[in-house]
Amino acid sequence: MAEVLVLVDHANGTVRKTTAELLTIARRLGEPSAVFVGDGFDAAKETLAKYGAEKVYRVESADVTDYLVAPQAEVLAQLVEKTSPAAVLIPSNSAGKEVAARLAIKTESGLVTDAVDVQPKDGGGVLTTQSVFAGSYSVSATVTKGTPIVTVKPNSAAPEEAAGAAADEVVEVAVSDAAKTARITESKPKEATGRPELTEAAIVVSGGRGTGGDFSKVEDFADSLGAAVGASRAAVDAGWYPHTSQVGQTGKQVSPQLYVACGISGAIQHRAGMQTSKTIVAINKDEEAPIFELVDFGVVGDLFSVLPQATDAVKAARG
Amino acid sequence: MNIVVCVKYVPDAQSERTFNESDNTTDRVGVDGLLSELDEYAVEEALKIVEAGEGEVTVLTVGPDQAADAVKKALQMGADKGVHVNDEAIHGSDSVATSLVLAEAIKKIGDADLVLTGMASTDGTMSVVPAMLAERLGLPQVTFASELTVDGQQVTIRRDGDAASETIVASLPALVSVTDQINEPRYPSFKGIMAAKKKPVETWGLADLGVDASQVGLDAAWTKVESFTKRPPRQQGQIVTDEGDGGTKLAEFLSAQKFI
Ligand SMILES: Cc1cc2nc3c(=O)[nH]c(=O)nc-3n(C[C@H](O)[C@H](O)[C@H](O)COP(=O)(O)OP(=O)(O)OC[C@H]3O[C@@H](n4cnc5c(N)ncnc54)[C@H](O)[C@@H]3O)c2cc1C
Repeated sequence: MAEVLVLVDHANGTVRKTTAELLTIARRLGEPSAVFVGDGFDAAKETLAKYGAEKVYRVESADVTDYLVAPQAEVLAQLVEKTSPAAVLIPSNSAGKEVAARLAIKTESGLVTDAVDVQPKDGGGVLTTQSVFAGSYSVSATVTKGTPIVTVKPNSAAPEEAAGAAADEVVEVAVSDAAKTARITESKPKEATGRPELTEAAIVVSGGRGTGGDFSKVEDFADSLGAAVGASRAAVDAGWYPHTSQVGQTGKQVSPQLYVACGISGAIQHRAGMQTSKTIVAINKDEEAPIFELVDFGVVGDLFSVLPQATDAVKAARG
Repeated sequence: MNIVVCVKYVPDAQSERTFNESDNTTDRVGVDGLLSELDEYAVEEALKIVEAGEGEVTVLTVGPDQAADAVKKALQMGADKGVHVNDEAIHGSDSVATSLVLAEAIKKIGDADLVLTGMASTDGTMSVVPAMLAERLGLPQVTFASELTVDGQQVTIRRDGDAASETIVASLPALVSVTDQINEPRYPSFKGIMAAKKKPVETWGLADLGVDASQVGLDAAWTKVESFTKRPPRQQGQIVTDEGDGGTKLAEFLSAQKFI
């Protein structure tokens, strides 16, 4: 069976949930081989094995880790050459998409980004599903040239365990000087919020201009549900919440089980980032707010009275 | 400092966007279009750099006749000249082919110290063209800049990532994509609108770039849309008006849906 390369998303060996999802998808297409770039393999090995990675290609060269995406694309290109995989699966975050873009050009292969599903195609190849135009269309596509390179969105598959050998093989890579031209000179880590990551969370509670800058009620409600906190661009532009929490066209695209919009009007650019959520709830003072067109449940009211009451009720129900 | 800004003409996000039934490509003809709002940030940043020093800003677009409007808007904002690559054969091109045409056009424009792009287009939102361009041009790639400074022979950007805020340095020439956090794009002034009328715009076809028609367009794409389906619009669910019990009702809904 052909190998399927999965680029592992991790922070110093702590493997992110998206990788388990990608390994699960890879098993539909062939035999999963993880590609692990950076330090911390020992910590990662168990998780990779648990989700069915038969092989792990390890790249530890500083050349690859200190620079941006170009060296990772070179590494993958060398592995594609070596293994002729059935597909390459890469997490659909901004760096992942760039790695994929460069890999596609290098290997002259078709690229599908932001897939929400990947299935084997009758007669070989892969069939991908994407959600486009702010979620109003669903598109199925196939790759017609080279090795299918697919970036896959978080929450596109439920991770399923399947024991794999995770036999590691250190790969020596030659990274060209051209790939080393952009360098990270400083990195200031963000303070951890203790909340789930926005794009991976099962529940997202977002606040907009209607919060007037006070996100405490939004955060309390999110915490009662174990949710991530998001924000509209109006709230971000006002400096009330960090840009990395912005949901929408120029922020994060989220697709949780439950999305709660608080004091958000529902502009098209905001919808572009949350419209594919399974269940949508909104709280807004204005019964005419466009967000109500998409909701499964809406409360016309002031978020400062509705949210605290809901928070108490959730806490009471959860004991 | 010679700056080339790549801009895209996109369907207005407020209008209904559809596919052509005949060939499964995005319908760019039947809807109103405009300069992608996200590219305005790149135009603005280029103008600021040149205004603070010296140099020239060239806007480059690949697209059908109407795409000339995107160039015009950038010229009205203050760019010096425009290049519009327009060729029947380009219709239906994917990002791979588009990046090829852009790369060849940038080479033909020549001497670019900096190539600027927006963070994504407002219609495709793949965000892959900048990385493909950097790959094709062999340029350092610095994307998603929310701050940008150019000094001497290098460019420094700040990127606001999920886990960290990073400073990235690259030597010039380089390719930089900018986010909507970087500046506040200007509106064209009356003077700018008048001046734009006299600014040079060149229109090139594929032959001018030495690109063969077989390398672009729908047939050259390395992926194929098999089918598309319009999602049924979301049905509006239950709306309640808060009469002192809105929070309780919300919790009841969540509980009925098994979220709590
Ligand atoms: C190129 C471009 C990209 C963009 N990208 C994004 C993006 O990624 N994400 C994004 O969100 N936006 C984006 N926008 C902006 C978008 O168009 C809207 O301006 C923005 O989403 C509005 O945010 P809002 O809903 O919080 O504010 P508003 O539209 O001002 O809505 C505030 C809402 O709060 C309600 N409200 C007020 N007080 C209360 C209260 N006490 N209780 C309950 N409700 C209350 C009001 O009734 C109103 O509906 C983009 C715009 C452009 C041009």
